[in-house]
Amino acid sequence: MAQVPVSWFLSLSAVLFVLGVAGFVFRRNIITVFMSIELMLNAVNLSFVTFAYQRQAVDAHLFVFFVMVVAAAEAAVGLAIILTVFKNRATLNIDEVDSMKN
Amino acid sequence: MDVILFLIFAAIAVVAAINVVVQTHPISSAVSLIGVMGSLAVLYLLLGAEFIAAAQVIVYAGAVMVLFVFVIMLLNAGAEARVGRSFVASLLGAPVLIALLAVLAWVVERIYPRGTTVHFGGFTGGSAQAVGRALFTTYLLPFEITSILVLIAIIGAVVLARKEID
Repeated sequence: MAQVPVSWFLSLSAVLFVLGVAGFVFRRNIITVFMSIELMLNAVNLSFVTFAYQRQAVDAHLFVFFVMVVAAAEAAVGLAIILTVFKNRATLNIDEVDSMKN
Repeated sequence: MDVILFLIFAAIAVVAAINVVVQTHPISSAVSLIGVMGSLAVLYLLLGAEFIAAAQVIVYAGAVMVLFVFVIMLLNAGAEARVGRSFVASLLGAPVLIALLAVLAWVVERIYPRGTTVHFGGFTGGSAQAVGRALFTTYLLPFEITSILVLIAIIGAVVLARKEID
C-alpha cells in the first residue's frame, strides 16, 4: 500500500505557515490579519500532530489542545479589541490605527 | 489510498489558504479559512489524532469561526480599500516569503530525508481516552492554568466589548 512520507505533512505545514505570514504582512484589514494568525496556528498544529505520529507518543496532541484553547481565548479578546477600535475610530484599516507611531 | 487522500485534502487546504490571503472581502476569507480547518481535520484523522480532529471541527471551525463571522457581520465590514503600497515592500515581499518557504522546506528535507512514512491506522494512541488520561495526569497543572486563562479571557472580552453605561 502506498504510504505518505512524513516530510509531505511538514512541507504542507510550511506552505500554510508561509501563506499565513503573507496574509499577515500584505493585508490591511484587521480582521483578515487576525485570520492569518489563526492560519499560522493551524499550520503549527499540523506539525505537532505529525510529530506525534512520528514519535508514536500522545504528548504532542496535548500541545495542540493547549494551542487550541489559547487560540480560542485569543480570538475572543482580540475580536473584543477590534470591536473597541472600530467603535472609537470607525475604521478597520490597520494603517489608520497609528496613534502610537508619532 | 492514503496518498490520494493526502493529496486531495492538502490541495484543498493550500487552495483555500491562498484564497484566505487573496480575497478582499473578509467574509470570503472566513469561509475559505473554514475550508482549511476542515481539510486539516481530515489530515489529523489520517495521522491517527481522532480527538484533535473532533476538537478542530468543534472549536476552530465551529466556535472560533462563528465568532469571526459574527464580528464581520456586526461591523458590517466591506471589501478592503486598495491603498498605495510602498515600492520596497511590493518589490521585496514575495521573494522574502519564498526564501522563508525555501528555508523551511530545506530544514524539513534535511531532518526527514526518506524512510518514515504515514499510513492510516499507524498510530492508535490519539483517542479521546489516551488524550484524556495524559491531560489529567501528566498535564494536569497546565490544564488548570488554562482554565484560569480562559476565565481571564472571558472577563477581558466582556470588559472590552461592553457598552458604556452613562
